[in-house]
Amino acid sequence: MLVEMRSLTKHFGITQAVNDFTVTLPDGELVSLLGPSGCGKSTVLNMLAGILKPTSGQVLFDGEDVTGLPPERRGIGLVFQNYALYPHMTVLNNISFPLEIQKVPRAERMARAKAMADMVHVGNLLNRRPRELSGGQQQRVAIARALVKNPQLLLLDEPLSNLDARLRLEMREEIRRIQQKTQVTTVFVTHDQEEAMSISDHIALMKDGYLQQYDTPQELYNDPDNQFVADFLGSPPINHLTGTLLGSVFTLTDNSASFPLPLPAEGVPEGKELILAIRAESAEAAGQGEAHFTAQVKQVYTMGKEELAYLMVGTQEMRAYIDLDQGITPGITLPIRLKPRGVFLFDQVTGVRYQ
Amino acid sequence: MSKDALRYRREKALERRSRVWSALEPVAYLLPFMVSIIVFTVYPFFNVVFMSFREGFDLLTNTDNGIGLGNYAFVLSNRDFINALTNTGIYVAVVVPVSAALAIVLANLLNRKVRGMAIFQTAYFLPMVTSAMAVGLAWRYIFLRDFGVLNQVLGWFGVDKINWLQRYPWSLYALIIFGIWSNLPFTIILILSGLQNIDETYYTAARVDGARSTRIFFRITVPLLAPTIGLVLTINTISASKVFSELFALFNGPGIGGSLFTVVYYIYEQFAKQKHAWAAAAAMILFVLIFIATMVQQYIQRKWTY
Repeated sequence: MLVEMRSLTKHFGITQAVNDFTVTLPDGELVSLLGPSGCGKSTVLNMLAGILKPTSGQVLFDGEDVTGLPPERRGIGLVFQNYALYPHMTVLNNISFPLEIQKVPRAERMARAKAMADMVHVGNLLNRRPRELSGGQQQRVAIARALVKNPQLLLLDEPLSNLDARLRLEMREEIRRIQQKTQVTTVFVTHDQEEAMSISDHIALMKDGYLQQYDTPQELYNDPDNQFVADFLGSPPINHLTGTLLGSVFTLTDNSASFPLPLPAEGVPEGKELILAIRAESAEAAGQGEAHFTAQVKQVYTMGKEELAYLMVGTQEMRAYIDLDQGITPGITLPIRLKPRGVFLFDQVTGVRYQ
Repeated sequence: MSKDALRYRREKALERRSRVWSALEPVAYLLPFMVSIIVFTVYPFFNVVFMSFREGFDLLTNTDNGIGLGNYAFVLSNRDFINALTNTGIYVAVVVPVSAALAIVLANLLNRKVRGMAIFQTAYFLPMVTSAMAVGLAWRYIFLRDFGVLNQVLGWFGVDKINWLQRYPWSLYALIIFGIWSNLPFTIILILSGLQNIDETYYTAARVDGARSTRIFFRITVPLLAPTIGLVLTINTISASKVFSELFALFNGPGIGGSLFTVVYYIYEQFAKQKHAWAAAAAMILFVLIFIATMVQQYIQRKWTY
């Protein structure tokens, strides 16, 4: 189902939870609503579900305005953060309850619930009660219950946040598998950028009730619209070198270093306070004559397959994945070359990107 | 002896004393409570058990004609006691389920966030803070044959005047109505606390799936409330089995011609008539009955609760 949100706005009293949120979810895609807590992503989800009524704006399902429809008439499946499985019902009854409400005949109800349970791999647990299940199994049952009535839209509200790290990885792949199998348009709310990056077709990144950027994970990462987007995505977080531009020379804020700016900067006002943002994987040890600037190696860490170096550029610190085979040790001065990808220039005050 | 040696001995003594004190301290704190429990509950309980088997027992001289089941034989064949058992049984069988059912419905209404709810809550909890005797007097006026409000209201529906206070089965019904009414507040409080423990998301989940309020009530609220309902039934069965003061409040005694004896009133009367051993035997029978009822309830509840 094609889901359109047009200028969705929600105010709680004087709090503006969501402002002018316009996003179109393509049919059959998994779209993440991503952002720090309090950014309004759950509010958007609840407006999609019909649990909250928007202050203004419209929700359209396949072109039909459903803004005024209550949740039960929207044909949605909803998975709650705490799963909300009925503790007094068995797995089978939990999954078949939505069909019971729709007065589906008992035999058909049981057959459909069982098929759904098999699909999410809990077919062997049908007579257990929720408290006899692990977190991951409860999650699977919750998804089965949301999907059993063949919803046109599946909404997942931070579905992985109650699971431990290992299970979270497993379940996020499971959600992807189930979504691709059923081809149901899915909205996935999360505050975990890694989760969103790995699972989504598109990500809507939000902050303070405003949409920051709506794009594919790769585009979001490689071509951020503003500093918040660049900061929010990626681990370790993107490096910041603050300074100003004079001519084509970038000078760090306390004049501790200066070097020609390694990217085109047309239209950047001279003397403007800027941030040169560099992803950790975008800096490398430079060969002869390739260096953009030099840095002091402060510390090196081995993190499994990667090796992370802490560098000082003037008085400012940055982290970079650098090939340590070249005998790089703390204390040496290293010429640094920046790759064309993953280097951005932002306005320090407004966060606007210059390119 | 040197100064140091003296100080050493003094400190040792202090240390020893503090060790004794730390062992005794909790006992000292518990003692008043334990003494009162032993004197007023444990000792009387075992004394009653013993007394119920002492035939021809005299409390003043503390003598008897031997140990046996004579007291039980008398009580169980006594017309007043059988009457009391019947009345108490009917009272429990009606008051406990009806007040639980009413409390569930009312608690659900009270659990909503509606303006002016505080007024309703106060109204429902009023019986709990008013004296049973004062309330009983008010109910006497309600139940009056000729001028009572209840008969007035029933009259609008064409019901003939009922002699609530002075005709036997009607007096039992009056007692039951009064019992339900005075049981409600406490029951509602328990049910309300149970309701507030039910996570709101269960309701949201059911509503998103299209469930209407009756289905939500019977398929979600009531099952999730089962532990609380079980607790309420147990507590109310025990307290309703001991119905006693209500008789004074409404009838100044066991009703016309002793027709409205309850078990505890029977015990009280035997005691007042200096028939302590009969009272003890009746008390034991009540104890065993309540015990059995509670066990049965616990058993059912274990099967019922999720």
